[in-house]
Amino acid sequence: MYRYDQYDHLIVKERVAQYRDQVRRRLSDELIEDEFRILRLQNGLYLQRHAYMLRIAVPYGLLASRQVRMFAHIARKYDRGYGHFTTRQNIQFNWIKLEESPDILAELATVEMHAIQTSGNCIRNTTSDELAGVAADEIVDPRPYAELIREWSTFHPEFAYLPRKFKIAISGSEQDRAATAVHDIGLHVIKNDAGEVGFRVLVGGGMGRTPILGSQIRDFLPWKHAMSYLEAILRVYNQYGRRDNIYKARIKILVKAIGPEEFARQVEEEWQHIKDGPSTLTEEELQRVANYFTEPAYETLPATDAEYERLKAEDKGFANWIKRNVKQHKVPGYAAAILSLKKTGVPPGDITADQLDFVADLADRYSFSELRVTHEQNLVLADVKQSELYALWKEAKAHGLATPNIGLLTDIICCPGGDFCSLANAKSIPIAQAIAERFDNIDFQHDIGDIELNISGCINACGHHHVGNIGILGVDKDGAEWYQVSLGGAQGNTSSIGKIIGPSFSAHQMPTVIDRLLQVYVKQRIEDERFIDTVRRIGITPFKDFVYASPIKTDQVTGEDACV
Amino acid sequence: MQVRSKPIKLPEKTPVSNTALIIKDKVVVGDDWTVLRLAEGETPEGVAVPAGKIIVPLKVWQAQRAALQGRKELGVWFASDERPEELKDELKNDPAPFQVIAVDFPKFADGRGYSIAYNLRARLGYTGELRAVGDVLRDQLFYMQRVGFNAFAVRADKNIHDALKGLTDFSEKYQSSWDEKNPLFRRAKRETVVTRD
Repeated sequence: MYRYDQYDHLIVKERVAQYRDQVRRRLSDELIEDEFRILRLQNGLYLQRHAYMLRIAVPYGLLASRQVRMFAHIARKYDRGYGHFTTRQNIQFNWIKLEESPDILAELATVEMHAIQTSGNCIRNTTSDELAGVAADEIVDPRPYAELIREWSTFHPEFAYLPRKFKIAISGSEQDRAATAVHDIGLHVIKNDAGEVGFRVLVGGGMGRTPILGSQIRDFLPWKHAMSYLEAILRVYNQYGRRDNIYKARIKILVKAIGPEEFARQVEEEWQHIKDGPSTLTEEELQRVANYFTEPAYETLPATDAEYERLKAEDKGFANWIKRNVKQHKVPGYAAAILSLKKTGVPPGDITADQLDFVADLADRYSFSELRVTHEQNLVLADVKQSELYALWKEAKAHGLATPNIGLLTDIICCPGGDFCSLANAKSIPIAQAIAERFDNIDFQHDIGDIELNISGCINACGHHHVGNIGILGVDKDGAEWYQVSLGGAQGNTSSIGKIIGPSFSAHQMPTVIDRLLQVYVKQRIEDERFIDTVRRIGITPFKDFVYASPIKTDQVTGEDACV
Repeated sequence: MQVRSKPIKLPEKTPVSNTALIIKDKVVVGDDWTVLRLAEGETPEGVAVPAGKIIVPLKVWQAQRAALQGRKELGVWFASDERPEELKDELKNDPAPFQVIAVDFPKFADGRGYSIAYNLRARLGYTGELRAVGDVLRDQLFYMQRVGFNAFAVRADKNIHDALKGLTDFSEKYQSSWDEKNPLFRRAKRETVVTRD
């Protein structure tokens, strides 16, 4: 994976010093909070309900074991013993003291990490495919390009105070695993007929209050022009994006307002001034970065391992885990194993310090000391020998990290919600937990099969509810927490935005709502049809009719439900 | 400790007029330019432009061009929603048609001024003094300098000598802008680091 050279080290070191001085000036009142807030946000420090939250950048989701051990250390020394992986492949800590935040950054710098631009109206951490470099369906490894974008966007002087936050995702596979359609810019690394590498460029996708899928503004951008073309997009947006209304400030609103064709034309015009200039990438520069992403020392192995096949046939638990949590690898005899952070009873994406140390050990022993974070908030060991999967499974299971539920009902994407976040209208974690408890039976989950259940505690959509097959959105009605349900959203190659089924529900009704939706699916599905395909085939009406057919009684009316 | 928001004590009108000190070419210097801002009810056509070193709104320059053209000491400032191309004609034959061009930052978080500055320099070839005025603070100066500003009228309630430090926050940068025409990969020999843990 990428390693810092003297320039990266220097820039991050100077950032720590700059930030430390900003904190000092805040504490001595030289900076007022309104001035400091924007500075600390550009360094990932949010003031939440109970304390500060620090979001640390995990560039395109790649981690080395020594970095994961640093997270464990930070969790113990500066937080309450755990961290939370996010849908932007980052990690955040929820109980941070302002005075200690510069020290955390200094410690992170020792393992080549930072919190630069993990919040604020700037270019955020670029996300990518968690199976980059190992996926069987990969066309081009997106990681070198993701790193080039990281360097280009880090402290870009012109684009630090954009109208709103700006997110880029990059994918290089047949299957889009990076949710590129719901990003401000989505890049698909592809090859043209001549075999040359370039990008298909989508712009103006997003979630939040106005969910929109990105529009393609260029079908093939030769890779050398990546930086100047991104610069052109950002310059148009910086000048013409709305700044009068925070809810209309994302690039998607600009693209929608003037139309993708006109937006593309403006970008093209801007680009002509800088195209072929010094920002044009060189073969040498691509090679310098690509050298960090060469293949590890794979052994030559048979495509199948007899002992592995035997164990799979004998041990149903192992077979379940293989079926859901293990993905095909491009190298014979290897596999990518997903460690589920969605065990029932644990907030989705949460991980303890001990588990962090443990997964770092697993990475060292099974997967060339590397880990990846998925935007579904799980972890991946990308290079595991098939013959070692059983031993890995046993170990992971003993630490609560082998729930065989990847892509299933309880693999819920969920934001921190009202328990932590000051933006939230409603809690999201307890909803995820109640649903997980109700449908904890793994055989039932395997029978339901592929389904994406996403929960956001407010319209900002950190829990990606718009693209959940079932989406749940927390809303505030007269001070009480309610939940709106949508159906038919999807990410990936056939992305779609879910449709709201009707009036919202109370927290206690939610497990029954999900149960009724699943009943309709089970009754209506044809053979191996996935939930999303049934919804697409029959529409939302049958689901809607059944969910609202009779009142949903709640056994207990307590807490927020007791409020009228 | 949590630092809660305190009441903001922003001056009623950003005091760019009569700024006694500015940062120019990396040093603090005295300054006797005045920024003309239209008061309520005043129009670009009707406002009286006082004599002396004055920086007028772009719209005033455009409306009163005939009268102002002969002045030796004249500057023009851009609002953040104005485009640098408005001065395309002026800059066509003269890379410094005014003694100073200023760009206003109504709030420091309004980043349009960065693109205005960049394009004034890079696209339109302006070579004279480019001054940031308005909500100009220490922690943005590094970026402002990078996109082409060489003068900074730091907000009057801030210590300008302290703000000067903002120009040297970083000694290296990855990407090109006005100050560095070449990105790092064209300037430095960067070798792939080989480290085995």
